[in-house]
Amino acid sequence: MDYKKYINKTYEPFTIEVEKGRLRAFAGAIGEQDPIFSDESSAKAAGYTSIPAPLTFAFSITMDAGQSFNALEDMGIQKTKAVHGEQGFKYYKAICAGDVVTGQQKITDIYEKKGGALLFIVMEISLSNQLNELVCELQSTIVVRNT
Amino acid sequence: MICSLRKSALDNTKNIMQNNLNFETIQLGDSIPELVKAPITRTQLALFAGASGDHNPIHLDDAEAQAGGLSGVIAHGMLNMAFLAQVLTEWLPQTAVRSFKSRFAAMAYPGDIITCKGVVSGKINESGENLLHLDLLAENQNGEVLLKGSATVALHT
Repeated sequence: MDYKKYINKTYEPFTIEVEKGRLRAFAGAIGEQDPIFSDESSAKAAGYTSIPAPLTFAFSITMDAGQSFNALEDMGIQKTKAVHGEQGFKYYKAICAGDVVTGQQKITDIYEKKGGALLFIVMEISLSNQLNELVCELQSTIVVRNT
Repeated sequence: MICSLRKSALDNTKNIMQNNLNFETIQLGDSIPELVKAPITRTQLALFAGASGDHNPIHLDDAEAQAGGLSGVIAHGMLNMAFLAQVLTEWLPQTAVRSFKSRFAAMAYPGDIITCKGVVSGKINESGENLLHLDLLAENQNGEVLLKGSATVALHT
């Protein structure tokens, strides 16, 4: 199947509100003990507008927005054949509780390795806050077996 | 810092940097303080499923994991990556981190103890900012590499 035609496909924009309790729960689950991630006054004293999102939380924003599997669904690939191969983040500004984050996903590359036994799908999402400031760019590589 | 007997690409480094960071004196090969996480628990996987929004049953239910060809539940790759991020934020304020990425090389299971490490692999001054490139890795108690990553951080000294 010719998957290359999906390169440059862009998905509908999404908007997610970043909730304080959710950030506390995330920080608790990863064993993060710095009080800036649970106590708003500590966060403000450290210069944040509210509790900041830990570095990898931006990926959860994209999951909440249903962006993790839309490319696979488009391409007719079963989720169980796919694994998360690589994840990257570029940071421009902190994401904090109360922020309303807007993003849009684009498939930026699709290529094969091992004579087609492995298919790599590269997706990028940029996230901006309610002030239209770029906060984070994510790049995800999904690896699909036996295509 | 505890000396590690485990073999890894990040061993045999010269210095371990502490809080008195100075861009001029940091050398390639210097390591940042290691982070050893508490053993992964099934409760933690359940809490992370809820907090991260990744409810895939292979992280929660042994039968589902086995149906997928695994020996039992595995940790979320993004939980391991959250641990790796903490080796940076235990060392520097989170706002110093400009970029962070990782490849998922192997899986972690309940009971695993993850150690995260970082070594300076580059120093540049860009747009008036002193930037360090770091090679990162997360390994389990057997020295198996779970994540291979890298990051760029800005230093203000």
